[in-house]
Amino acid sequence: MASDKVKTFTDSNFDDETRTGVVLVDFWAEWCGPCRRLAPTVDALASEFDGRATVAKLNVDDNPDVPGRFAVRGIPTLLLFKGGQLAETIVGLRAKEDIARMIERHLGN
Amino acid sequence: MSDRKVVIIGSGPAGLTAALYSARANLKPLLIEGLEAGGQLMLTTMVENWPGFRDGIMGPDLMTEMRAQAERFGTEMVQGNVSKVDLRHRPFTLTFDNGKSVTTEALITATGASARWLEIGSDRRLSGHGVSTCATCDGYFFRGKPIAVVGGGDSAMEEAIYLTRFASKVTVVHRRDTLRASKIMQDKAFANPKIEFAWDSEVADVLDEGRGEVTGIVVRNLKTGELRNIALDGLFIAIGHTPNTRLFAGQIELDPNGYIVTHSGSKTSVPGVFAAGDVQDHVYRQAITAAGSGCMAALDAERYVEGLADEHVPRAQAAS
Repeated sequence: MASDKVKTFTDSNFDDETRTGVVLVDFWAEWCGPCRRLAPTVDALASEFDGRATVAKLNVDDNPDVPGRFAVRGIPTLLLFKGGQLAETIVGLRAKEDIARMIERHLGN
Repeated sequence: MSDRKVVIIGSGPAGLTAALYSARANLKPLLIEGLEAGGQLMLTTMVENWPGFRDGIMGPDLMTEMRAQAERFGTEMVQGNVSKVDLRHRPFTLTFDNGKSVTTEALITATGASARWLEIGSDRRLSGHGVSTCATCDGYFFRGKPIAVVGGGDSAMEEAIYLTRFASKVTVVHRRDTLRASKIMQDKAFANPKIEFAWDSEVADVLDEGRGEVTGIVVRNLKTGELRNIALDGLFIAIGHTPNTRLFAGQIELDPNGYIVTHSGSKTSVPGVFAAGDVQDHVYRQAITAAGSGCMAALDAERYVEGLADEHVPRAQAAS
């Protein structure tokens, strides 16, 4: 279902994958209704920012370490990393345009 | 000319039922899903009081089915979020987040209600870091940890009982010394060894904003004024809902609590605007009543649109 532009992150590849550039990570789980609703938005963002920013999903069921490190205790949560540093946090659902504007802001400088 | 005959805002049981009926009446409705697409049932697990499913159905699955059914008969769904409406001029104009807009002869508002937060600020700021309004979404993060639930109604008891699957202990913080919840839910909660009660109490603060995660709450006893800290990892807020009507303020009549006032079925104070579901109902608030009122709104809107067509025919003929 997920677009092939969306990467899959795990506890083991997370640090390598977020080290450079602008990276948006969607923390989700199978049993989370709102996460299912956010999924098409994340897919669309992956296509929109293809080649400019990385968009990825991390399943919190299979990967408990990364959510623990960033005190993620609710999903869906979107974290935006820039050059390996956490730059933005969005908890819950948000309009695609808002998220796109946030990514643009970090690509801009 | 308007772009549409019928536009529906909201995609819970009310909006999707309105869409199903409007689509079957050949009105080619546009349904705007909104941010919390699928509505409150997306945040539930097993729904056992939806007629026709003797063993129950999962809330998100029910919504997926309803959506597919509305789509099958020709409802056009868009994912956007409406940020502005003009109901003073006809046809009505709805403007989306992205600046695009659509005009319509009839509007069905089924924007529902969203979970209320405490009015202390720190709860919002720690949302996603230990404070939650959705037990089914976030309970998982509190395996073996102590947590609290705020509220004394059925949903608060349901959340507290559900959360005992994960949490080591659940403290229910309630403003009074008796619960508002139904007898059956009270009995279940009282019988659960993991649930404790903090009566006559409110949450005065959530700790620890400095660390960016929940480490405890400050509870105020409303009878004695005494403050005490409870160390815990999670706080779930279940103190009811607020209708999503900010979009319509000043244009449609609202009651003092912000709900849309309806009369003669689903009619609002603006002819051509109909309301269905929790946005106009603070009494029943069930999936089935929302769906029923969505059907009413669709039938009322259909009649309204037909009435407009009848008005227009003679005038058009006179002009030719």
